[in-house]
Amino acid sequence: MTELLISKLSAGYGSRLILHSVSLNVRGGELLALVGPNGAGKSTLLRVLSGVTAARSGEVRLDGANLLRFSPARRARCLAVVPQLIHLPEAFTVGEIVMLGRTPHLPLWGGEGRKDCEIAWRAMRHTQVEALVDRRVDELSGGEQQRVVIARALTQEPRVLLLDEPTAHLDLKHQIAVLELIKSLAHAHGLAVLLTLHDLNLAALYADRVALMDEGKIVAQGAVGEVLTAERLSAVYGVHVAVSKHPVHGTPLIAPVSRVVS
Amino acid sequence: MRDTNLKTASLPTEIVDSESHSSAWPPGPAGTPLPLNAGEVGGSEILLRSRWRGVGLFVICLGVLLLSALLAVAIGAVPIPLRTLIELLYTRLMSLSLAVSTSQAFETILFEIRLPRVVLTALTGAALASAGAAYQGLFRNPLADPYLVGVASGAGLGATLALVLKLPTTFLGLSAVPLGAFLGALLTVVLVTFTAQVGRTTPLSTMLLAGVAIGAFASAFATFLMLLDPDGLRRAFNWMLGGYTAGGWQPVGVVLPYLVVGLIVLQIHARALNVLQLDEEQARQLGLNVERVKLILVAAATLMTAAAVAFGGLIGFVGLIVPHTLRLLGGPDYRRLIPLSALGGAAFLILADLIARTVLAPTELPVGIITALTGAPFFILLLRRVKRAVF
Repeated sequence: MTELLISKLSAGYGSRLILHSVSLNVRGGELLALVGPNGAGKSTLLRVLSGVTAARSGEVRLDGANLLRFSPARRARCLAVVPQLIHLPEAFTVGEIVMLGRTPHLPLWGGEGRKDCEIAWRAMRHTQVEALVDRRVDELSGGEQQRVVIARALTQEPRVLLLDEPTAHLDLKHQIAVLELIKSLAHAHGLAVLLTLHDLNLAALYADRVALMDEGKIVAQGAVGEVLTAERLSAVYGVHVAVSKHPVHGTPLIAPVSRVVS
Repeated sequence: MRDTNLKTASLPTEIVDSESHSSAWPPGPAGTPLPLNAGEVGGSEILLRSRWRGVGLFVICLGVLLLSALLAVAIGAVPIPLRTLIELLYTRLMSLSLAVSTSQAFETILFEIRLPRVVLTALTGAALASAGAAYQGLFRNPLADPYLVGVASGAGLGATLALVLKLPTTFLGLSAVPLGAFLGALLTVVLVTFTAQVGRTTPLSTMLLAGVAIGAFASAFATFLMLLDPDGLRRAFNWMLGGYTAGGWQPVGVVLPYLVVGLIVLQIHARALNVLQLDEEQARQLGLNVERVKLILVAAATLMTAAAVAFGGLIGFVGLIVPHTLRLLGGPDYRRLIPLSALGGAAFLILADLIARTVLAPTELPVGIITALTGAPFFILLLRRVKRAVF
């Protein structure tokens, strides 16, 4: 079973330290949601794990191996990223974009073989974009583009999947759809999924575990009901928050309390 | 269904044997997706098939190139009849020395004057167009051309220096102007690249700005030198407009290795160029060593361009519109675009040079004027017909 172990990880930009000794673990088959206010360091943590930002100190072990020392290609074979702002070159087709997921498995000059095409095709079936294969990506809706990028990530055959705000630009229906897809991928394939979410209610509903970040530190991590309490959320977000129960699932239901509305 | 249980290397193989794959999106909460290593792969033929896209266009470009080359060697002050031309080429190709039947004059015109010029033109066009395609991809900028990061102004300064200082030197059989242009171009790009380095990275925006600044300096200095020497001014201006003079086979021998090596390097990195179209961060996350790829691409494109401008001068427009035209016709995949641009650029420049030397014969026009005068309207027409983003 896959295990991603982050211990005492610190990182920052220039002289500013953003992550302060962050320790966290994600196991295969589980979905860990990273929540917290803007600037808490959630995206920076993902950027360090994906090799875009360098770590200052600390360690990340993926099944015992030192992830921070991996070559870009080796890292991309184990760990795939779905960025928040999806930028796709518009003249490319869906099939061409998904195939780019094979990059870390191919030599620089290599073309894709039958096996690569089959892996990409399966990923497209899982995310249900196979009917779009010959469509240009600039013709797609936001939700479709997101599924294309998830298909590309699956085509990398990763053990760890990182997603930065996968619901940010989607309507309610597509928010639910993408989280159910991600959750079923985690459960069915033993993927370790780490995602950042702004919507605490979606995190409460879909995450297996949740980690609350504030000012570059992990404030709490664990089961949804234990972490997302009214006192803790009120303190971290600086607004009064009430927590009740989801009428159907019994998970925490978080509601802000206003000082203006009577 | 074959290959249903094809094992994939790194994914845990927890097989959920379920076909409850609803075709509606979003899937219901109960919809369990297939495991990644199972499921229908029949459709993957669609992905495999797309590899053959563009083969037809490739054949067409090759045909156009051969046809324009044949036309260009036949037409001139002394036209060579097609039959004689083919006989001459055939006997030479087969290394048969039976060509006594045809005129010795035709043979000299063909093999000593026209053919070397046409081949040099083709090499230059191929170099400029494929380097232009690479720069457009690397900088993700449709306005990029081979002269983007200072090659042109550097070559201009080098050539001007050689002209003004009246350097008689020949080095490795090269005369002063091509040598000066080549070295000037290389040095400028090296300077731009070093200037733009931030730590261990070379941000492309910084590189562009450094290119503009250093380019402006080199151009101004070249202009200053020209004003000091009115005769040098005319000759330098002539060189900058681009054109070919009879130089025999020697320039061909000099340019060819740069083109071959450069094209091979670009083709090897064509898939990396596709990945770079996503953006640098995603490219890195897909395992690409972005900084290394950048430097290799700039080096290859610069060497090709420098070799091309050394003999042809600053021919504009080829490196801009040929890749765009082929992108419109053959799609954005750089694995097709690089070789297609090489063929297309060669054909386009051969035809432009043919026009340049025949339309006002015996006066020769600078080929750079022809590339812009013919290329621009054609490209505008094409842009109007394809009303969607192409880049």
